[in-house]
Amino acid sequence: MSRSLPQTFTDRDGIGYQALLLAGFALAASVLLVVGNLVTKGPIAERKAEDLLASLEQVIPAELHDNDLLAHPLMIPRSSLNSGSSRSPSPSRHSENAIIVYRALQGLDVTAVAFETLGQGYAGPIRVLLGIGVDGRILGARVLAHSETPGLGDKIEIARDAWITDFTGRDLSDPPPEQWAVKKDGGVFDQFSGATITPRAVVAAIKGGLETFAAQRDALTASAVITTEISQ
Amino acid sequence: MTKDLDETAPERTPWGRIARDGLWDNNVVLAQMLALCPLLAVTGTATNGLGLGLASLVVMVASGLLVSSLRGLITPQVRIPVFVLIIATLVTLVDLAMNAWLHDLHKVLGLFIPLIVTNCAILGRAESFASRNRIAPAVFDGLMMGIGFTLVLVTLGAMRELIGSGTLFANASLLLGEAMGFLEMTLIPDYRGFLLMILPPGGFLALGFLLAGQRLLKRLPIFKRRAQSVSFASPG
Repeated sequence: MSRSLPQTFTDRDGIGYQALLLAGFALAASVLLVVGNLVTKGPIAERKAEDLLASLEQVIPAELHDNDLLAHPLMIPRSSLNSGSSRSPSPSRHSENAIIVYRALQGLDVTAVAFETLGQGYAGPIRVLLGIGVDGRILGARVLAHSETPGLGDKIEIARDAWITDFTGRDLSDPPPEQWAVKKDGGVFDQFSGATITPRAVVAAIKGGLETFAAQRDALTASAVITTEISQ
Repeated sequence: MTKDLDETAPERTPWGRIARDGLWDNNVVLAQMLALCPLLAVTGTATNGLGLGLASLVVMVASGLLVSSLRGLITPQVRIPVFVLIIATLVTLVDLAMNAWLHDLHKVLGLFIPLIVTNCAILGRAESFASRNRIAPAVFDGLMMGIGFTLVLVTLGAMRELIGSGTLFANASLLLGEAMGFLEMTLIPDYRGFLLMILPPGGFLALGFLLAGQRLLKRLPIFKRRAQSVSFASPG
């Protein structure tokens, strides 16, 4: 093979050999990565769906639905979600502009919805999954991801503290809107010693989620047949 | 095509020295002071340290194998980009595989796996050992360096976890399966926690004590003699 190639490509010190070598390795690396991606794509998607379903089942009781929670989610624009929030969502990422609402159905009637709401924590965004019944009451809330200080702010995780369960059963009138805050701000929710910003962010995120639900309630809880037709 | 390189290699592979270099004398962290960024970032618990250590070990062995077997092909002028390409590809594959088949661990360590790419220790071994030695010693060197790195990660993680939260190997069953759940220990019940050790400054403190401890150990006669014999045998 080397005979058929011009001298520039066979001389190990020549630029041709170096270029071919780099190109060859780049090609081989690309092929490996493509194969790796193809092999792992399915399992990774399955794991992610399992994670999401496990979280959804924590905020929507099993007896409230007989459907697959992941099937036929609705999309609503995020701008309406955080209307009360001081931070404007970044317009660059598509996923941040739309919010996916998962619906719990019994037959074709919506019994509950669950969606993700964002709070601005001490060290970055806090993602909270919120389950709300059709009556506007919180069925459950769970923190999906955060980067708060370990040992201080991470009590918002259900694995570390039962704090987040305090929201279950509440709605926008319980407590009244001005008391939807941590105790330090005159509200009803406990803050943690040494960490006020984190629980404050979670309270704001959950309140924002409830307000979104209240604003979009008709669209979100309309019978599944109608909304499925509209969305298609 | 690799013949000329092979002839420069020693007649008999000094397996013992490679092992001692990797585990102690030329340990990635204790002697080379490399890979500190992922080291300090993940060692909040012993389990996290073990996870990153094992992932790095796999990449080190695989990069040793690849770099050594391709060393006749790679010219000195472009060796660095080629090594970086090989290591980055390996790390990405490990990342994808962990995400698919060790998903719970990936949720804990996922953020740090891409950091292995920037782990100078792996590039360092590719450059200074794997590219100059036959395949078997290169793989063995990767294994020993990886084990040495893992041991330091686990030790540091255990120190910080024990002082910081009073437990040891918390969540080990996520990494090693339910059978290894017995490793999860709460050594100090009702411990209020010492937050500093879990946070990054604790990593620096613990590493400092670890290094000081190693210096003290090296003064012991048994280690002194070994260190001298190695320095005579060492080519460079």
